[in-house]
Amino acid sequence: MLEARDVTIRYPETERAAVEGVSLRVEPGHLVAVVGPNGSGKTTLLRALQGAVPLDAGAALLEGRPIAEWPDRERARWLGVVAQREEYPFVWRADEIVMFGRYPWLGSLTPPGPRDREVVRTAMARCDVGGFASRRIDTLSGGEWQRVRVARALAQEPRLLILDEPTTALDLGHEMELFELIATLVRDGLGAVVVTHHLNLAARFADRMLLLDQGREAARGTPREVLQPERVGRVFGWPVAITETPEGAPQVTPLRRPG
Amino acid sequence: MKLGLLALLGVAALIGGVAIGAVALPPGEVIAALLHPGAPDSAIVWSLRVPRALLAFAVGGTLGVSGAALQALVRNPLAEPYLLGISGGAGLAAVVAIAMGLASAWLLPALAFGGALVASAAVYRLSLVGGQRLEPRTLVLAGVVVAFFCGAIMSALLTQTDAPRLRNAFLWLLGGFGGASWPALGAFLLYAVAPLLVLFATASSLDLLSLGDETAHALGARVERTKRIVYFTTALLTAASVAVSGMIGFVGLITPHAIRGWLGSIHRRLLPAVFLASGTLLVAADALARTVVRPAELPVGAVTALIGVPVFAWLLRRSLA
Repeated sequence: MLEARDVTIRYPETERAAVEGVSLRVEPGHLVAVVGPNGSGKTTLLRALQGAVPLDAGAALLEGRPIAEWPDRERARWLGVVAQREEYPFVWRADEIVMFGRYPWLGSLTPPGPRDREVVRTAMARCDVGGFASRRIDTLSGGEWQRVRVARALAQEPRLLILDEPTTALDLGHEMELFELIATLVRDGLGAVVVTHHLNLAARFADRMLLLDQGREAARGTPREVLQPERVGRVFGWPVAITETPEGAPQVTPLRRPG
Repeated sequence: MKLGLLALLGVAALIGGVAIGAVALPPGEVIAALLHPGAPDSAIVWSLRVPRALLAFAVGGTLGVSGAALQALVRNPLAEPYLLGISGGAGLAAVVAIAMGLASAWLLPALAFGGALVASAAVYRLSLVGGQRLEPRTLVLAGVVVAFFCGAIMSALLTQTDAPRLRNAFLWLLGGFGGASWPALGAFLLYAVAPLLVLFATASSLDLLSLGDETAHALGARVERTKRIVYFTTALLTAASVAVSGMIGFVGLITPHAIRGWLGSIHRRLLPAVFLASGTLLVAADALARTVVRPAELPVGAVTALIGVPVFAWLLRRSLA
């Protein structure tokens, strides 16, 4: 279980805390969505959950133990992360990128073995990228690239997954495909935290939702509890209406300015 | 397989490097002289050419591996060993020593080594400004700034120096293996072996580091620790190389680049291959440097660039095609 308890993070030389007194809990088999406007502290909260930023107050715990105290490799066996960006200064093949997910399990001098290759194959098949294992990473489309990175996180054989804006720049089909993939993984027992701008996707796929506003919690609960029209309108600074999908998930529609 | 091919090429280059020189020896005689210490050419082979070829190989391999590791550290395939301000610091120390008439065969390498380390420490300190993290972009800038500063003092000093000393300083800066000997090889290996082994052992962290700090952290790399290790080992290796053979450019840039294109960028495979290829290249370059204008010698750094630039241009064209 991954948990943030009353976490406060202040970046140097800023007046307002990036995150203030925020709590969040993710358990295996659950999908938690973190939503909010630009600069509301979503990514900072994710960084706190990974132990990648020092806390000014509160605690970030993995299995009850402060995340910063976990040895790096051990943490990486529990927690798979798909960050917003990463760099490719050199040319790698897709399967090499996914094999990096095995590194937390390998000694610094041990080359990957048959089991590692098997895990990589399985992970790539699950994410439907098995067909281009030997393609160069810079020749993949945005959707393929994103699924390769999810495959890498799966190759870590983690119990929990953190995804930061996984559907940025993806079209409607790939967006749905990626969220369906995450939902399947969660149904199979993985816990996941997803930061996203897509309120409507979050509302359809997440069990729980955390709405952040200027670094503070604006609401927490099921999507139906969180997505109240006046609250969403206030937090995003724009009037909205809430409707429902055929399966009963709340959907946010921003209203046109009258006249 | 590919590594075996490189190893074979390396051995061939070493034998060739021993055979070629002011007096050319047929390969058969070289092998005879190597195997039988009493053979006619044994003295020239054993006391001059073998240590020279081995030193060229070791320095080449070291510069190549340092370049490859630094490319991963700063996430830029154009990084090379002299990025850390090393060339500036070593050059400045050497020029000061030569200008002041302190340049004995033993003192000069020691001073160059010290200058290189001081300069790279300055670069390190500068790039930590504003935080505890080693930031690649700041590191590159700091390296350039320190190199320029050292270069400025060096030019000022050189204009005030008399002609023979000026020529000595200039020759030293161009680099070469004219001073190679068994003790020089021993001293170099003393400094180089341990840091090289450390770099080979961090190969998998170099893969992760290349992806950026955030992803490297997520995949279990000890990011800041690895960066410091890479920084200090490459600084030490490059300083030792400069101390024994002056400033030999381009090997540390072109071979990692070429081998990345051929073998990919998994550093566990890349680093040993880069070591062999860079060693081979420098032995071959040194053999050319000794023979093209026989009995005079060309600066080996000029030869590496003369071979390297066309090869680089060809690789660049191919990778863009």
